[in-house]
Order: sequence, then structure tokens, then C-alpha cells
Amino acid sequence: MFYKGEPIMKKQLSEQRFAWLVIAPACVIVFGIVIFPLFTTFIYSLKNMDLTSSQYGQWVWLQNYLELLKDKEFWSTTGRTAYFTGVSLTVEITLGIFIALLLNEDIKGKTFLRTIIIIPWAVPTIVNGAMWKWIYHPEYGALNALLTQLGLIDHYQSWLGSPWLAMNMIIIADVWKMTPLVVLFFLASLQLRNLSIYEAARVDGANIFQRFYHLTIPFLKPTILVIIVVRTMEAFKVFDIIYATTRGGPANGTLTLTYDAYLKSFTNLQYSQGATISYLIAFMILTLTFLYVKVLKSEGAN
Amino acid sequence: MKKNKAFSFFQYLFAIAITLCTLGPFSWLVISSISYQKELTKVPLDWIPNEVTFKRYIDIFTNPNNDIAYAFKVSMLNSLIVSFCVATIALIVGSLAAYAFARLKFRFRQKLIYLFLFTYMIPPVVVVIPLYLILSNVGMLDTKGTLILLDLTFVIPFVIWIMQSYFSSFSKSFEEASAIDGCSRFQTLWHIVLPIVRPGIIATGILAFLLSWDEFFFSLLFTSSLEAKTISVAISEFSGKNAVDYGMIATGGVLASLPPIIIVFLFQRQLVQGMTAGGIKE
Repeated sequence: MFYKGEPIMKKQLSEQRFAWLVIAPACVIVFGIVIFPLFTTFIYSLKNMDLTSSQYGQWVWLQNYLELLKDKEFWSTTGRTAYFTGVSLTVEITLGIFIALLLNEDIKGKTFLRTIIIIPWAVPTIVNGAMWKWIYHPEYGALNALLTQLGLIDHYQSWLGSPWLAMNMIIIADVWKMTPLVVLFFLASLQLRNLSIYEAARVDGANIFQRFYHLTIPFLKPTILVIIVVRTMEAFKVFDIIYATTRGGPANGTLTLTYDAYLKSFTNLQYSQGATISYLIAFMILTLTFLYVKVLKSEGAN
Repeated sequence: MKKNKAFSFFQYLFAIAITLCTLGPFSWLVISSISYQKELTKVPLDWIPNEVTFKRYIDIFTNPNNDIAYAFKVSMLNSLIVSFCVATIALIVGSLAAYAFARLKFRFRQKLIYLFLFTYMIPPVVVVIPLYLILSNVGMLDTKGTLILLDLTFVIPFVIWIMQSYFSSFSKSFEEASAIDGCSRFQTLWHIVLPIVRPGIIATGILAFLLSWDEFFFSLLFTSSLEAKTISVAISEFSGKNAVDYGMIATGGVLASLPPIIIVFLFQRQLVQGMTAGGIKE
């Protein structure tokens, strides 16, 4: 070996410099746009920004936060957001596992199913919302027509007309769009599965439920955790589908945190309240992610 | 594996249920878009229309006098332009950064990765109030350029996150060999690294396009006229009005879904790889 390459290599930019050079554009665009507003919003949340108040612009420090945390309405909104996140995630993951397992089997029409399964995910969120709003229509909706013709309901229902029902109907719409994504994640990890273990378990007399519970679930656990992290972050800031269907109504039944922050900031012009809710959302998402990552790491260590 | 009859019966039952649930709602949207209003509002409903009409589609593409149809066409073009620009810029800028994060050693590397992840995670509502005030002061509301910049704030971190896993998937010896041959770092990147990660670039670019196509929050707040309004905003505005033409919403919805659906069909394999690459690594 001789080191003829050595002096030529020195002509290269140093690793440090080169790294900063290629990272700079991303930093400039992303942080250039985001950092100032991020700080300003934080300051708004510590000030009185009520345009009609005589104390406009004065520092109130944590008062906005304390008022919000004492507000029952805020906690019901948080509860609804958690309900939306929890229920849609549970349904998506459960359905996702079973659909992925089915698509992983040798059944007729597997290729067809694998091709169409992704369609709902490709439909834009706003279109998805508008579509389900039309399906749920109280007078002409397809759901009413279907259930009446099947004899399951006597007369047309107003699916988005009562608070709790509306929330669940929106969850169905979200599940329809997002389950395909979960299926794809599970399918990808099922392909890495070691089938000889299954064969061995079968020979040892384990039935299908035992194999599912003792082999499939533990195998999919890391993927489940990843999906929970990614989907919680998204679902917790749900806005688009609420806007496209119920706009928070009826009687605040579908009012979620982001929608509340949006209303306070842009309809009621309560900048401080909007800013405070926004920061609390960010804080909750960060806490959840932190907890999940902890779990992920401790699982990985085992 | 040997299967028992009852089990495979349930499998097919389940497969049929999935097919119906997957295709049903969107098929109804397509049927609604080509049905006459009087058939859509009939009770009891006929599932298959007696007559079909493509007038709404024709209106959208050719009739500038029908306000709604024209709005759908222009906003669709806006969406295409914005998503295309966002995907291209994010891909170039994001991949460069991802390369550094995956392959190079430098100070604050780990901290910067977390910072980008953090920007991707925070809900956009945290930044919009000051952004709105600033942008309206400098007269930058309601332009495609502004929307592109705003979309980039979450699409670039997304590209960095996904591309990182592609860049860390191959051996360092490729770059070392190229350096010994006298290539500059940019030459190495262009001639050696880029061809290796090309499948990843395609998948990530498409995901970036889809992400930006689906974006709604920034478009809702920062665009108002046909100058920059996206198709999602046009559809939500139209469907928010009281007296509505359901068939027209359906038509807009079908058209807005076509680009992503076509893309997803064409690139299914690459997309699945791209999506899971970011997830499975960590």
C-alpha cells in the first residue's frame, strides 16, 4: 500500500465545513420561517392580547395558562381530542393487523386486494371529509339509504346531528382513510417474519389463536409502537377532517384542541388564548412522544 | 400449511367485506359526480343512476363562465404547481441535509436532527398567528410563493427523516474510493451517492408531493383568491355553503383525488419502501 491518495484527499473540503454547507439551505428555510413565530406565539401566551382590554400588551406571565387549566371547557376539549386519538388508533391498528395478515396469506385475489387497499389513503383529507359528509347526509345520504333498505333502521338519521354520534362518525371517516397506511406498515414487517417458527409451533400443537397471540403479536410489537408514535402525533393535532365535516359542532361535540385554537385565534381574535392552547398542544404531543420513545427504548433493551 | 374449510370461508368473507368497505365510499363519490341532482336527492335512493351526465367534468375543463367549475380548475392548477415546487425544492434541500446527517460527523449533529424532528412534530397552529400578522404586513398573503415556503417547513423535515435511512444503508467504502480517485465531495455526491439512492429519491419525492397535495391548514389561512387557493380550500369553501350541488362537490373531490391515486398506483412498490424505511429504522 502506498499513500498516493493522501495529498489529493486533503484538497477536499473538511467534513465539518462540507456538512454545514449542505445543511445550510434546509436550516435557513425551515428555521428561518419557523423560529421567530414560535417565540412570538410563546410571548403572546404570556401577555394580555385582548384587543378590547385596557391592559392590552401587558405581561400577565402564566395567568393565561392558569385560566385555561382551570377551565372545564378546555378539559372537555382535551378529553374529546384524546378520545378521537385513542379510538381511531385502536381501531386502525386492530383492523390493520387483521387486514395485513389476510393480505399476507395465499388467497385468491390477493394482488387485487393489495392494489385497491391503498386507495382510501390517496384520497385527500378534505375530499375524504366532504365525501363522508355527503354519505352521512340526513336527507339524501347513502348511509341512511343503505341502512333503511337493509331494514336496519326505520327512518333516516342525522348522523352528524348529535355531539357524541358525530364524533364517532368522524372517527369512522378517519379510520377509512388511515387504516391502509397502517396495513402497509404491518405488511412490510410481516414479510420479515420467520415462518419456520410458525411451522414448529403448529407441529407442537399451537392453534391459530395461540400462534397469533404468542408469535404474531410479539413480533409486530415494535411496528405497533412506531405506528402509535407516528399516528398519535398526527391524530392529536386533528383539524382538517373536523373542518370538512362538522366544524366543531354540534354543541362543541367534535371540538378538538387544534380546532379550538384555530377558532380562538382567527374567529374570536383571542390571540393569547389561541397561543396558550397551541403551546399546550405542543407540550402534550412532546410529552406523549417522549413517553413512547422511552417505552420503545426499554422494549428494545429487552 | 393445511387450512380448514371454516377458516378459509371466514378469510374470503373478510376479504369481501374489506373490498366493499374500501371501494364503496369512493365509488359512491364517483357515481354522485356523474348523476343528475334529482336522482341523488331521490328517496328511496337508486344506487345505479338511470342516466349519467359528464357535464360537470366538461364544465370544469372548458367552461370559464361557470364560477364554481372555473374555481375548481384554477385551484387544481394551483395545487399542482405548489405541490410540484414543494416536492422538488424539498427533495434537493432535504436530501443534501439528510446526507450530512447520515454520513458525516460534525458538531451539533444530533441536536440538529432533533430540532428538525421537533419542527415536523409541532402543530402548525403554534406558528400561524404571528406568521399571519407578519405576512399581511409585508403583503405576502395569498401568493403561491408564500404557500410553497410554508409547506416547505414541514416537507423538508419529512424528506430529511426518510432520506436519512436511505443514505445510511450503504457502505462507506464507495465514498472513500471516490475520494481516493480525486473526486471532490460534490462530485462524489453526484456521481457515486445519487445513483445508489435513486429509488429512495423517487419514493421520497412522491411522498413529498402527496404531503403537499394534502396540505390544508396553511392554504386555508394564507390563501383567499384564485391567485393561490388550492383545490382542498376550493372544495371545502364550496361544500361549506348552505345550498349545495352535491354532484359538483363529488366531481371536485374525484378530480382532486385523481393525481394522488394515479401516483399511488404507478409507484406502489417504491412508496411502500419509502414509507416504511423511515418508520422501521426508528
